[in-house]
Amino acid sequence: MTEDGRVFKALADPTRRLLLDLLFARDGRTLGELEAGVEVAMTRFGVMKHLRVLEEAGLVVTRRSGREKLHFLNPVPIRLIHDRWIDKYTERQVSALADLKAELEENV
Amino acid sequence: MTTTSDATATVQVYRVYIKATPEAIWDAITKPEWTEKYGYGGRAEYDLRPGGGYRVAATEAMVAQGAEMGFGVPEVMVDGEVVESEPPRRLVQTWRLLMMPPETAEEGFTRLTWEIEAIPGGATKLTVTHDLMGAPNTAALVSGARESEGAGGGWSWILSDLKSLLETGKPLAG
Repeated sequence: MTEDGRVFKALADPTRRLLLDLLFARDGRTLGELEAGVEVAMTRFGVMKHLRVLEEAGLVVTRRSGREKLHFLNPVPIRLIHDRWIDKYTERQVSALADLKAELEENV
Repeated sequence: MTTTSDATATVQVYRVYIKATPEAIWDAITKPEWTEKYGYGGRAEYDLRPGGGYRVAATEAMVAQGAEMGFGVPEVMVDGEVVESEPPRRLVQTWRLLMMPPETAEEGFTRLTWEIEAIPGGATKLTVTHDLMGAPNTAALVSGARESEGAGGGWSWILSDLKSLLETGKPLAG
């Protein structure tokens, strides 16, 4: 699978997107912290499996800090997809639509 | 985009895989004739030994563009000191952003680690770890959280541009 393919596959799952959102809100978390943040019932093993897919796609990078293994969000693959796909074809339209969506949802 | 709490996280980690040799990536990081071709385009000058100086000089084009947009671009945009230099594998340095307004310069030196590792198949893994303890303004800028204000896309954008330059010979458009 290509680099882009792994990123799209990783992003296709709602739990994995949630894990990225958790790291976006606060970076450098342990497995235990991420497990607590995933509200749906999921085993530690399940969370680990999702983190592994994110790591293989390059979206999560882990580092050791003392005895802890910390997970960091790596935004570069998303940037590469943005530069490769979004910028090239549709940036203006997409940002206009994103603005519209934000505005409409604000008024709900 | 509002500044979210991610921007104030203490450590930021960026990783990119580039189809280039570790030596080519090392040169692209440490030589001014390379650094002016991607990212923000300043000319990086390194004295590559522990305690050696580091500075990024603005190009004439940047000074002119800053004046046009109504802000001063300092002659030295970033400064710091080399902590460890192990070409072409590892570079540890301090890093302070001196752009105006002085809110980042006042935060003092942050710590930047570049790790370069060849992986099977001819690609090289580049990992940039920026320790931004006590530097929330700098953290917001380098995370790209202020891109919509014209502050540029930070490390993600720099590394995406570096990858493009080394793989295609051209930086990203724009």
